[in-house]
Amino acid sequence: MDERTRYWRPAEPKPSYDVVIVGGGGHGLSTAYYLAKNHGITDVCVVEKGWLAGGNMARNTTIIRSNYLWDESAAIYEHSLKLWEGLEDELGADLQFSQRGVMNLAHDLGDVRSSVRRVEANRLNGVDAEWLTSEDVQAFCPIVNISPDVRYPVLGATLQRRGGVARHDKVAWAYATAASNLGVDIVEHSEVTAFVRGAGGRVEGVETTQGTIRANTTALVAAGHTSVLAAMVGLRLPLQSHPLQALVSALYEPILDCVVMSNAVHVYVSQADKGELVMGAGIDAYNGYAQRGSFHVIEHQMAAALELFPVFEHASLLRTWAGIVDVCPDASPIVGPTPIDGLYLNCGWGTGGFKATPGSGWAFAELIATGASELARPYELERFTTGALIDEHGAAAVAH
Amino acid sequence: MLLIRCPWCGPRDEIEFRYGGQAGLTYPPDPEAVSDEEWADYLFMRDNPKGPFRERWFHAAGCRRWFNAVRDTATHRFISTYRLDEEPPA
Ligand SMILES: Cc1cc2nc3c(=O)[nH]c(=O)nc-3n(C[C@H](O)[C@H](O)[C@H](O)COP(=O)(O)OP(=O)(O)OC[C@H]3O[C@@H](n4cnc5c(N)ncnc54)[C@H](O)[C@@H]3O)c2cc1C
Ligand SMILES: [Zn+2]
Repeated sequence: MDERTRYWRPAEPKPSYDVVIVGGGGHGLSTAYYLAKNHGITDVCVVEKGWLAGGNMARNTTIIRSNYLWDESAAIYEHSLKLWEGLEDELGADLQFSQRGVMNLAHDLGDVRSSVRRVEANRLNGVDAEWLTSEDVQAFCPIVNISPDVRYPVLGATLQRRGGVARHDKVAWAYATAASNLGVDIVEHSEVTAFVRGAGGRVEGVETTQGTIRANTTALVAAGHTSVLAAMVGLRLPLQSHPLQALVSALYEPILDCVVMSNAVHVYVSQADKGELVMGAGIDAYNGYAQRGSFHVIEHQMAAALELFPVFEHASLLRTWAGIVDVCPDASPIVGPTPIDGLYLNCGWGTGGFKATPGSGWAFAELIATGASELARPYELERFTTGALIDEHGAAAVAH
Repeated sequence: MLLIRCPWCGPRDEIEFRYGGQAGLTYPPDPEAVSDEEWADYLFMRDNPKGPFRERWFHAAGCRRWFNAVRDTATHRFISTYRLDEEPPA
């Protein structure tokens, strides 16, 4: 393969496109790919202010699952998981996609009840789900401490065997390359600073640090910075941007061959192929755009992790970092048109959008290309006015 | 960890505090009179600036009083903290 097909080609922005996508993270890139692939819309430009996929896409803990409670969530996340299952073939790239199983632990009676309910709801929606007793948990993952005399005893867990992990950077690069090969321009190091407004306030493109780019449709896919961009057109959203931290340990022999998540103690962990333990925390409570969080959040998470996995006592911390996650009040995303003609929105994936990278782009592209998407419809901004929220806060175990 | 100046207790570690989100949101005086859009605006829509943000904090493990802050969300640096009956310092 020559360089041109191995990676995306660098592009200078043209004066105008059919569709301009603001944000070159996972969701912006998958949107561009599916616009080109599924709908033949190739006159597309992705504008990214930094380097490609250096935002949350580069910072997440790569957990993939579809075992959400509500029908609307099961539909879009399961569609996404099915796309994941064919993605390496479709994009012709090794994504280190590994369906090693995701366990969500239950620590008290409330957890047990909502977990069992979720297992049943998942099955009704055709999503694979199992309930494990604490003995089953230990059989599936021997290093979990199931002793009853700890602060957060393990009373059982849900298991989605089709869940797992993938290599986030490779996913972004593969979407970018495939989109680029279909004719999409990917413009890095170009920040959107304003929107071009036409008759009646219609959005007709963007002003960038590399000049004006006109477009019939402008799609905002900027994750943590969505509110900042929306404010440029006077749009106020139900989003708050928070730091979300994660960390890796030094490299160890393989000791953990599945993904373990715990809602109550805000720990989720897997082991990378290279050997690092990859762990994520809960969000920092305050709003923040600094891509860093407070250390006590990490300490809190480590205390819980050590109790769950006593063997981690020997592990040393290598590195911590943070992303900026855009959180909605119901912990579900916003995918849909806006009150402003010409402007579409795909945001609010918060702490859990990596798994949705294929499904989000697939549905958003369908919406932009055809004007309607069955999968995206429940996620319109309108739900905050009608009250039809999709409350996945507690419902879906951890939101990652 | 943030060092937060409670207007009553002085500077304390962040772990003593709870966050309360955007300050200055007012409950609609006549809730039954507002439209669905206005109600959604009150309940769910929030400012989310990258820069100075007026927000509420609660000194949970201290004097247990609420107070306001202006904090720069781009750097996380506190610009000021002040009591609920005070205006933000200029
Ligand atoms: C620590 C952490 C752990 C996580 N763990 C998981 C997990 O295990 N599983 C899971 O499913 N999800 C997880 N997530 C969430 C997931 O990463 C996000 O939901 C998802 O990446 C968001 O979509 P994105 O990839 O498009 O975002 P991003 O990669 O953040 O893309 C948005 C892009 O927009 C660009 N942008 C912003 N403003 C402008 C502008 N003015 N002009 C041009 N470009 C602009 C940014 O530079 C950025 O590249 C985690 C997130 C974090 C931070
Ligand atoms: Zn105090």
